[in-house]
Amino acid sequence: MSGVLMKNIRKSYGATEVIHGIDLEIESGEFVVFVGPSGCGKSTLLRMIAGLESISDGDMYIGAERVNDIPPSQRGIAMVFQSYALYPHMSVFDNMAFGMRIAKRPREEIDRRVKEAAEILRLTPYLDRLPKALSGGQRQRVAIGRAIVRNPKVFLFDEPLSNLDAALRVATRIEIAKLKESMPNSTMIYVTHDQVEAMTLADRIVVLSAGRIEQVGAPIELYERPANLFVAQFIGSPAMNVQRAKIEKTGESTTINLGKRKADLPIPSPGQLAGADVHLGVRPEDLTIASNGGGLMDGRVNIVESLGEVTNVYLDVENAPQPIVVKLPGVQRFARGEIVSVAAQPSKMHLFNENGRSLLYL
Amino acid sequence: MALSQTSAAPVASETRLVSTLTTAFVTLTVMAAGLAASVAVAVAGYVLIDFVFPDSKLLDAALVMVLGVAACFGYFWASNKLLDTLYPASGAHVAANLTKANAVRPWLFLGPAVIVVGLYLAYPVVNSIWLSFHGPSGETWAGTSNYEWLARDGGFRESVRNNILWLIVVPAATTFFGLIAAALTDRIAWGNIAKSLIFMPMAISFVGASVIWKFIYDYRPAGSEQIGLLNAIVTGLGGDPQAWITVPFWNNFFLMVVLIWIQTGFAMVILSAALRGIPEETIEAAVIDGASPFQIFYKIKVPQIWATIAVVWTTITILVLKVFDIVLAMTNGQWGTQVLANYMFDWMFRGLDFGRASTIALVIMLMVAPIMAWNIYETKKGTK
Amino acid sequence: MNTVVGTRPALTWAVHIAVFVLVAIWTIPTLGILISSFRDKDQIVTSGWWTALAPAERNIVARAAPPSEAVEENGRWVLRGNVFGEASGSVSAFGISIQRPTEFAPGVTAETRDGETVAVGENGDYIITYPEQPEGERGQRLFVTTLEPPKFTTENYETVLFSEGIGQSFINTLTVTIPATVIPILIAAYAAYALAWMEFPGRALLLATIVGLIVVPLQMALIPLLRLYNDIGVGKSFIGIWLAHTGFGLPLAIYLLRNYMAGLPREILESARVDGASDFEIFRKIILPLSFPALASFAIFQFLWVWNDLLVATVFLGNNEEQLVMTGRLRELLGSRGGNWEILSASAFVAIIVPIVVFFALQRYLVRGLLAGSVKGG
Repeated sequence: MSGVLMKNIRKSYGATEVIHGIDLEIESGEFVVFVGPSGCGKSTLLRMIAGLESISDGDMYIGAERVNDIPPSQRGIAMVFQSYALYPHMSVFDNMAFGMRIAKRPREEIDRRVKEAAEILRLTPYLDRLPKALSGGQRQRVAIGRAIVRNPKVFLFDEPLSNLDAALRVATRIEIAKLKESMPNSTMIYVTHDQVEAMTLADRIVVLSAGRIEQVGAPIELYERPANLFVAQFIGSPAMNVQRAKIEKTGESTTINLGKRKADLPIPSPGQLAGADVHLGVRPEDLTIASNGGGLMDGRVNIVESLGEVTNVYLDVENAPQPIVVKLPGVQRFARGEIVSVAAQPSKMHLFNENGRSLLYL
Repeated sequence: MALSQTSAAPVASETRLVSTLTTAFVTLTVMAAGLAASVAVAVAGYVLIDFVFPDSKLLDAALVMVLGVAACFGYFWASNKLLDTLYPASGAHVAANLTKANAVRPWLFLGPAVIVVGLYLAYPVVNSIWLSFHGPSGETWAGTSNYEWLARDGGFRESVRNNILWLIVVPAATTFFGLIAAALTDRIAWGNIAKSLIFMPMAISFVGASVIWKFIYDYRPAGSEQIGLLNAIVTGLGGDPQAWITVPFWNNFFLMVVLIWIQTGFAMVILSAALRGIPEETIEAAVIDGASPFQIFYKIKVPQIWATIAVVWTTITILVLKVFDIVLAMTNGQWGTQVLANYMFDWMFRGLDFGRASTIALVIMLMVAPIMAWNIYETKKGTK
Repeated sequence: MNTVVGTRPALTWAVHIAVFVLVAIWTIPTLGILISSFRDKDQIVTSGWWTALAPAERNIVARAAPPSEAVEENGRWVLRGNVFGEASGSVSAFGISIQRPTEFAPGVTAETRDGETVAVGENGDYIITYPEQPEGERGQRLFVTTLEPPKFTTENYETVLFSEGIGQSFINTLTVTIPATVIPILIAAYAAYALAWMEFPGRALLLATIVGLIVVPLQMALIPLLRLYNDIGVGKSFIGIWLAHTGFGLPLAIYLLRNYMAGLPREILESARVDGASDFEIFRKIILPLSFPALASFAIFQFLWVWNDLLVATVFLGNNEEQLVMTGRLRELLGSRGGNWEILSASAFVAIIVPIVVFFALQRYLVRGLLAGSVKGG
C-alpha cells in the first residue's frame, strides 16, 4: 500500500522560506498527527501533500510515485477541511458524489459507494438535505464521508474538529478513531494544534515549530522522553516547569545543583558538561508537596486554581523564569504567601542543555 | 491563491520568452477558434431558421436574442474544450500540460471582457482625444481650434456653470435626504414599507421621471384651473402661477429636484445599511452617557459612517456629471438650463461637429478623472 | 433602541409624521401620473388629478334652440330644451351674460331687460319665454356651470398602445434589454472568476484598470463608436446596441462579481479541486450557483439601466418606427404631444410599469447588490 515519503521538502513565498527542509517517512496504514503552534507550517505541509500548495524544493512521494507535479485529484488523496468545505448548494448525496461524477463513474457505482459511506457515518436519513439543514457534527461527518467515497490511499485532515463545540469534539474524535480502526490499511495524516487530539489519535506525532520538525514519535514517547524544551513544554498541560540548574557531577547518573538543594538524576551525561548550566524540567503533575520542607525547591504560593478534580498551585520560586506550577489531585487549600516545598521523583525529571536539547538525545 | 500544481523549475530567460510567446500564440488561436466556431454555429442556425420561417418579425427578434446569447456561451465552452484537447490533463505529460493550460486558461476567461471593455471604453478615450484636434467630420486637422472655441463659447460657459450648480446641490441634497430617511425609517415599524416607496423612483427612467415632474410643474394662465400640483398649491396659498421650468436660473433647481427625487432612495438604502452596521454598544454607551437622540445621531452615528457617506456622495457626483436625459426631456437646454452632457449631444447631432462634441466629452472625462484615479488607488491598495 | 426605558412618545410621533411626509413627497408625483392616465381626457385639463374623485365643475356655454321655434303658450312665446342636448348632467348654476355666468341657482327664473324670462332646471331643462313672437335663427346663449361625475376610462391606454406606437416600442425595448442584460453577465462572470481565483501575471493591474473604467462617462464613447460602427458596417442594429450596453456595463459587473466571488470560502474551491474538477467545471458547478445573489443583483441593475436608457438607444438605434425604444418614444411624445397629458401619462406609465414590477419583486437582490458595491468597512 502507500505511505508518504518527504525528502527535504521546502516551501518559500518569494524570498521567505516557511518550510525548511522536512524529511519524513509515513508508513502505509499509519495515523500520523502534525501538531504545533499556529504558524508552524503544519497546514502548509499538509496542503503540499494534497497538492494545493506547490512544492518549492525537495521530493514528495505517495506510494512509489513522485507527486510533485501531479494535480490533487490524481494523487489518490482525500481531504477533510476545517470549515468542512461542503458545497452549500448541493444535497448531502450530491456533495459525496461530486468527485465521482466529475470522474464520470457509472451511476450504480456512485450510488453504491455513497450509500456505503453514509451507512458507516450514520448519514443515511440525511442524504437529501442541504448542508445548512445539518448540525455541525453532521456536517463534519459529511465531509468525512466525501473523503471515504473517494477511496483514497491517504486521508488528509486539516484541523477537522476545531469548529465544533467541546462536547461534539470529543464525540467526533472517538468517531475518527473508530474510522481508522475500520480502515487499517488507509494512511491518515491529521493536522491539529490540540495536543489532546494528537495524543489520543496518533500512532506517531510529528511536532513542528517554525517550519522544522522538532520531534517524531509515539505519543507516550513524546510525553516521557521529549527531545527538547519545545516539545517538553508543548506536550502536557499545564506546561512542564523549567528551573535553572548547574551540573555538578556527570557520568551514568547526573547530579545537579539548584542553588540551595541538589538532586541526583538517573540520566547519563557526558564529561564535558561538568559545571554547565542546564534546564531542569518537571511536569506539574509529577510534583508533590514535601511535608517536611525538604523538597526540591521552595516557593511562595501566588495563585491557587481549584478545578475540583485537581488543584493547580502557582509558586514564585527564586531563579525560575516562570512560576512553578504544581498540579495536585482533588481539592487542596493553601494560603496566599504561604511558603511550600515541592519534591519530585528523580526518574520523572528531565534535563536540557543550554540549547534546549534533552540530555537523553545528545 | 496559489492553486498551481507545479514548481517552476528555473529556466533561462530565452526559454521563458519562447514559452511566453507560445502561450500568447496558443491563447489567441484557441480564442479565435472558439469564437469562430460559436459564431459560425449561431449564424448557421439563424440562416436555417430564417429559411424555414421567413418574414416573422417577432420570431426574428426572439431568434436573434437566443442565438446572440448562445454564441456567447458557446465561445466559452468551445475554447475550453479546445484547450483541454490540446493539453489533456492525463497521460504522460500531465504536469507540463497543466502548466501550459493554466497559463492560457485565465486569458480565455478574460478574453471577451478585455476585448469588449477595450473597444467600448479604452479605445474611445484615445479616439476622442484624437478627434478633439480635428474638424467637424473628424478628417481635417484643426489644431487647438476646438479648445479655443470652447474657451470663448457662451453655451459652454453656461453648461459649466450649471454643471457646477448640479454638482453642489444634487449630491448634498440627495445624501442629506437619504440620511434623514434612513435614520427615521429605521426607528419605526412600517419603516420597510416607507423605504420601499422612497426607493421606488430608482426604477423609473429619467425620461419617465421627467414626464412625471413636468406634470407637477404644469402651468396654466392665471385665473384658470391649475392642473399642475405645484401651481395649484401656489395659487391655493394666494400666489401667482408660474411657468416654473422657464424661470431663468431657478429652473435649474426644478430640474435638479427630479434627480434628487430619483436618487434619494439609493442614498437611503446604503446609508441605512451603514447605520445598522454601527456597533450597538457605542449607541448604548451614549444613551447611558445621557445623549439625546439628536446628539446620538450627529455625534455618534454620523461620524462612524463618514466613509459610506463619501461613497454615496461620489457615486452621485459621477451620475450628476453624466446627467443628460432630464435636461433633454424637460427643457432641451433652453431657458439657461444647458449642461455639458446635453451640450455635447447637441453638437453631436444638431451641430454635427464631432470635433467640438469630442472636446466637450473630454471636459466631462476630465471632471471625473480625479474620482477615477482615487478608485484605482483604492483598488490597488485593497488587493495587495 | 426602541426598548430603551423612557423613550419620549412625542418624539416617536414626530418620527412617524416626518416619515409619512417623506413618503408622501416621494410617491405623490407618480400617483399623479397614474391617476391621470385613467381619467377622461377632458377632465384632465379642466381639474387637478387630486380632485379626480370629486365631481368636476365645468363651465359650458350652451346655445338654446333658435327663437323662431318658440311656440305660443298662454300668451307668451315659449322655448323648451335641454342644455346638455343628448347628454346628461347636473346644473349647479347658470347665467345669461358672460360677465356673470353663475348668477342664478338652478330653478330660479331670470328676467332680461327686454322682458324675456330664462329658467334652467337642475337636470338642464330650460324654459325661455318671450313676451312677443321672437325672430331669428341665433339661439340665446346660456352660461351653465355643471357638476360632472368623475369619469375613469382605459381609453388612454388603448390609444397609446395601439395608435401611438408604444406597443412596438415595448417590443423593441424588450429586444434590446434581454440580451443586453444576459451577455454582460456571462462575460463578466467568467472574467470575475479569473480575476478572483486564477493566477496570472498582471492580475492586479487589470483589476485596477477595470475599476477605473467604471466611471468613464458614456458620452466619451459615443462618437468614436458611432464612427467605428459606420466604418465596419454594423450601423444601427440590435447587435450593435447589445455590444454597446455590454461594454458600458462590464466594468461594474466585473467589479461586483469579483468582489463576491473572492469572498467565497477558498476551502470549497480547493475541495472541488481535490475532487478533480477543472477550472471550467469549478466555475459552472460551484461558483455560478453560489454567486447567484450577486448575479441576480447585477442582472437587476443592468436590466433597469438598459430598460431606462435613452442616450445609448438614441445614438446606436435609429429613430424610425422599427427601432424606437420606449424612452425614445416617450421623449418624442413629450415634444410632439406636450400638452396631451392623457397620452403622456398613459405612455409614461406603460414605460415605467415593467421596471417597477421588477423592482418590487426583486428589491432584496437589488439592495444586496447596491450594498456589495458601496458599503466600505460597514
